[in-house]
Amino acid sequence: MAQGTALQPYEAEAPPAPRPTPARALAARGDALAGAAVLLAACFVALLAPWISPHDPIGQNLRSALRPPFFLPGTLPGFLLGTDGLGRDVLSYIFHGFRISLAVGLSAVAISSVLGVALGVWAGYRGGRADTLIMRLADFQLTLPTVLVALAVIALFGSGVGKLILLIGLTHWAVYARTVRGSVLAIREREFVESARALGAPAWTVIRRHVLPNVMTPILIIAAVELPRVMLLESTLSFLGLGVPPTVPSLGGAIAHGYGYLLSGYWWLTVLPGLALMVVVIAINVMGDWLRDLLDPRMVR
Amino acid sequence: MPTFLLKRLLQSLAVFLGVSLVIFLMLRTAGDPVQILLGEEGTQHDVARLREALGLDRSLPVQYVLFLRNALRGDLGVSYHHGVPAMELVLERVPATLELAGAAMLIAVVLAIPLGVIAANGRGGFWDRFFLSGSLVGISAPPFWVGIVCILVFGVVFRWLPTSGRGGWEHLILPAGSLALYRLALFIRLVRSGMLDVLGQDYVRTARSKGLAERVVVFKHALKNTLIPFITIAGLQMGSLLAGAVVTERVFAWPGMGRLILDSIQKLDYPVVMCWALVTAAIFILINLAVDVSYSFVDPRVRSG
Repeated sequence: MAQGTALQPYEAEAPPAPRPTPARALAARGDALAGAAVLLAACFVALLAPWISPHDPIGQNLRSALRPPFFLPGTLPGFLLGTDGLGRDVLSYIFHGFRISLAVGLSAVAISSVLGVALGVWAGYRGGRADTLIMRLADFQLTLPTVLVALAVIALFGSGVGKLILLIGLTHWAVYARTVRGSVLAIREREFVESARALGAPAWTVIRRHVLPNVMTPILIIAAVELPRVMLLESTLSFLGLGVPPTVPSLGGAIAHGYGYLLSGYWWLTVLPGLALMVVVIAINVMGDWLRDLLDPRMVR
Repeated sequence: MPTFLLKRLLQSLAVFLGVSLVIFLMLRTAGDPVQILLGEEGTQHDVARLREALGLDRSLPVQYVLFLRNALRGDLGVSYHHGVPAMELVLERVPATLELAGAAMLIAVVLAIPLGVIAANGRGGFWDRFFLSGSLVGISAPPFWVGIVCILVFGVVFRWLPTSGRGGWEHLILPAGSLALYRLALFIRLVRSGMLDVLGQDYVRTARSKGLAERVVVFKHALKNTLIPFITIAGLQMGSLLAGAVVTERVFAWPGMGRLILDSIQKLDYPVVMCWALVTAAIFILINLAVDVSYSFVDPRVRSG
């Protein structure tokens, strides 16, 4: 957010500022810096969860169940955020939940972006019937919310981490495909591409050398927007019992578990995992905004 | 205009057929309803007889045609668990879901427009930063979790509002409000950036230089042109609101389609799942059609495309 110095848009435009290096641009924005720190910490936790978790996240111990976190009286030593209804350590559970959340988010975004780029390039470069078909499929996909598709698919095929990743990946390529197709259509008519084709360069070479480098920026920006959305989707599905299986620790599952104890006064069981997820998603969104400002300064915020 | 409408209607019909075919195939490949109905105890003879009675012994294309024929008559099968027509079960719950999603949409749109305008007008100022940060939290919080926190704060701690079931307007506030939050946050950002775009354009500059009052410039000239794309996007969001309602209904024990479908999924009640998918697809198609048609009225250039 270029605050403070921002001109009113109807006033005379200032000369464009020299483009800062990424590191400097990051340091200049406090929110992005904080976001980067949180995100780094979350990645650290997610990667090292099995080694830094104080306890087994699914190890149950009913005798020490429902102990409060450190800021309330009656804490069990060694269980910083308390224990849940089955005596599982909440902190360890959240750590492992991050692991699943980020793993599902990153894998699903990787699948959908690669698929979207491939289909978008194909549609834009080939045109004709392939183009029409792919774009109609994309329209269709954009009107169908994944929660509904997931409900139907998981009702029929059951749940699992791999299935969940595949499901989200296969239902989120439309945004990428649309953007890439648009860029390909624009680039295809440019002189450098026309001359490369005239010189007899094979389609694949033209795409790899000239088309792909030109669409990387929008793809990166879209992926940064999609990642937090996919992570929220994963938690929503897991909350409904339709995401990862109940034996796998997930933040959505933890919130659902805590929800059952809400009226008995154990509010932290549902508040803490949700808060943890929200903080990380805010960090990713802040980083995404920053990335977009950095890569595409023309966009108005 | 009539040809445009006809074309859209035909396309909608094709989409609807496509959805029904996909769901039909998924149901047929995913499991054997006969096995589910009879369980482990069914003898070979029972299985064969039931299969014949349900028409499952015929070829898939024939089955699909029969399914379509029955569907056109409004017969989508009987719920395995409730013993009443699946369509009845689903349609009974449509009003509750539409009430929830409609109220959420109303809250989001009615609040987002003034807040977005305020943020854009004071760009970089306190309120702009306040609403931007707020909307960042709004799009980052897990929507179902927001509902739970609302229950905790307004229902358990302060005891101001009922937290479950459907009744008067006070039952609607928490579910609709928590469902609206994500959309509200999104819409504030949309209105804000739309206003910033429009405020920078020449005709606004002209209006200002004519000496028109700021109020007239902002609300009459700028806002009007911001709202056209905004309404389209808001209309398309109605679909994802209906999807989000599934989760909200679960959290607030709201007696809509969402709860029915979650229960039916757990009980493998396939006719209800099928029926729900078709009804949802129909609602979706109607919404998209309405948005397309209204858009073509607002912007005549769309019609030729």
